[in-house]
Amino acid sequence: MTNVKVKSVAKTYGPISVLTDISTEFPEGSFTSLLGPSGSGKTTLLRIIAGFIKPDEGVIMIGNNDVTNVPVWGRNIGMMFQSYALFPHMTIAQNVAFGLERRGIKGEAARKEVDRALEMVRLSGFGDRTPKQLSGGQQQRVALARAIVIKPSVLLLDEPLSALDRRLRQEMQVELLRIQRESGLTTIFVTHDQEEALTLSDKVAILDRGRIVQIGEPETVYERPLTRFAAEFLGDSNFLSGKVENGAVRLSNGTVVRSDSALPGNGADVTLAIRPEKMSLATADGQPNRLSARITTVIYAGPVLSYILETPDGLPLKLFAQNRDGRVLREGETVSLSWSPEHTIAVAN
Amino acid sequence: MQNDQLALAQTRGSVDPRVKRPLPAWVSTTALLLPTYGWLTIAIFLPLLTMLAFSFMSATPMGKTPVEFTLKQYRAFIDQPYLLRIGFNSLMMGFWTTLFCAILGFLAAVALVRATVGKTRETLLVLILLPFWTNGLVRVFSWTMVLRENGFLDNILHMVAPDAGSISILYTRYAVVLGLVHGYLPYMILTCYIALVTIDDAIIEAAASLGARWWTILYKILIPMAAPGLISGAVLIFIPVIGSFMEPRILGGRVGVTMGTVIEDQFTQAFNWPLGASLSFTLLAVVLAIFATFSGVLRGRTAG
Ligand SMILES: Nc1ncnc2c1ncn2[C@@H]1O[C@H](COP(=O)(O)OP(=O)(O)OP(=O)(O)O)[C@@H](O)[C@H]1O
Ligand SMILES: [Mg+2]
Repeated sequence: MTNVKVKSVAKTYGPISVLTDISTEFPEGSFTSLLGPSGSGKTTLLRIIAGFIKPDEGVIMIGNNDVTNVPVWGRNIGMMFQSYALFPHMTIAQNVAFGLERRGIKGEAARKEVDRALEMVRLSGFGDRTPKQLSGGQQQRVALARAIVIKPSVLLLDEPLSALDRRLRQEMQVELLRIQRESGLTTIFVTHDQEEALTLSDKVAILDRGRIVQIGEPETVYERPLTRFAAEFLGDSNFLSGKVENGAVRLSNGTVVRSDSALPGNGADVTLAIRPEKMSLATADGQPNRLSARITTVIYAGPVLSYILETPDGLPLKLFAQNRDGRVLREGETVSLSWSPEHTIAVAN
Repeated sequence: MQNDQLALAQTRGSVDPRVKRPLPAWVSTTALLLPTYGWLTIAIFLPLLTMLAFSFMSATPMGKTPVEFTLKQYRAFIDQPYLLRIGFNSLMMGFWTTLFCAILGFLAAVALVRATVGKTRETLLVLILLPFWTNGLVRVFSWTMVLRENGFLDNILHMVAPDAGSISILYTRYAVVLGLVHGYLPYMILTCYIALVTIDDAIIEAAASLGARWWTILYKILIPMAAPGLISGAVLIFIPVIGSFMEPRILGGRVGVTMGTVIEDQFTQAFNWPLGASLSFTLLAVVLAIFATFSGVLRGRTAG
């Protein structure tokens, strides 16, 4: 139960720079998700923290200890793998006791710890079974018990739930969060799934091509993306580009858009991101930001309606509307969109 | 769509009068098993049965002496007690060869699986299998060149220490075991390799993350998980080694009298096939007894 610091970590494989100057801190007891597209370096960063990969540069601190040169077995980490990675030739109890044995905890003391851990993952009484006799979800819970029973300094999870089907996955998310809260373990969680990242985490870190482009609380990252990539990768966004003019932005079609974000000086190029659900189809509600657009596609998904639209000058837009009154607009209709300056975020390209 | 197919199937069924009835299960099972069992019968059971028959004869049936049914061949170990010592030595030879093969083969397989990837791994595997492809006689005689007095080994020693004596181990049991290990090691590497490649990297990483160092991973993870490979390798090596006669004869000289050479002598020199056959079957019985005990012990341990 300690914090983890990563300082100026870099890793290259031959000519490819996989991680570039990563510096961040994972506070004690926090649950942080590493989110990013495939190949962005999530696994590499996690494995550097675990000690399976040595960084070319930089320092890893667990608590107050510099562990950069400490091998995996000396780092006191708990790890969970996508493939469960249970020891198939041992019983569940032996699996969970493995890490305790390495720490010299044996016999009655070990048995108690094992029982406690199995109880925590709701698998009491499964100790004598072998991994093969358990379902995927149960196996992953054993893996979790095995990882937390050693009271690791940090819990590292590399897409541990992606082998499970949707329902089991959601169940496990709840379990994982409960256990993380109960144990207070500093947790770093790699995932592809943005929804998973948003619902589970205290903090979300977005990686792009080996850099952390943004790290913060889920709401902050979602509501105030710093870069175009972050705005696009986490959720959906509409992008408008233009030039700054008297504290507002003039788009190429002449429309002036207001934003509460801090804008650069007059004449500078700027990109604005607006979430599709923040735009509304209501024409007269006093919002200063307006655009008119033609509906090209309507996607009816029950509670939510998605509209794909196009402005007269060919800019594509997306809009999500609550299906409140059961009224669906038709394709080909021209509508007026409006949104608030508060939801107009200036992002870096 | 589904309905269409159903309708189609029905019309076809009614139009075609020669509707195929599935064969009874026992027919297809027999047909499937026949090649295997047929081959086993021709290649193994028939020759073995012939030998078993020989072992109850008083003399080789091709000779002039009249042949009678007798059990006397099976009394050889009682009538000639020196055979007991030879038998024991052969078992020890098998034991040491299997043990060294197991240690070296397992470590080599671990290195092969864990330290290399892709193409290099396959190339190395082929190199390891080379002793298999060389003629056994050539392989064994090349060892005499290395091990004899003033051989390759001595020459190297004398380059470093000119006054040292000879360290020739030719015509000792060490030389025999060395030659046997060299010849049979590939079996063990292969069986262990096959068992080890199936182990997921994540399992080893999980062990390391829980605090296991390399030797703990070796004893607690790799060896138990690759045990089937070790056992089949041991079986594959132990049986032919205790019956081997080429290596003991060439590398062992006077000390190289083993069950293998004694049995070979019965067939090639003494023309006493019944004795050769009975000795073979006695040896086979002993080996089976050893394996039975061993597997019983293993099973008892895993159960307990
Ligand atoms: N051992 C290696 N040798 C060469 N390149 C590697 C190696 N390991 C990873 N890479 C490269 O590093 C980059 C980052 O890989 P990493 O596995 O960290 O991505 P990731 O974000 O976990 O992706 P995914 O979501 O697909 O798991 C990739 O481009 C990958 O090809
Ligand atoms: Mg990955």
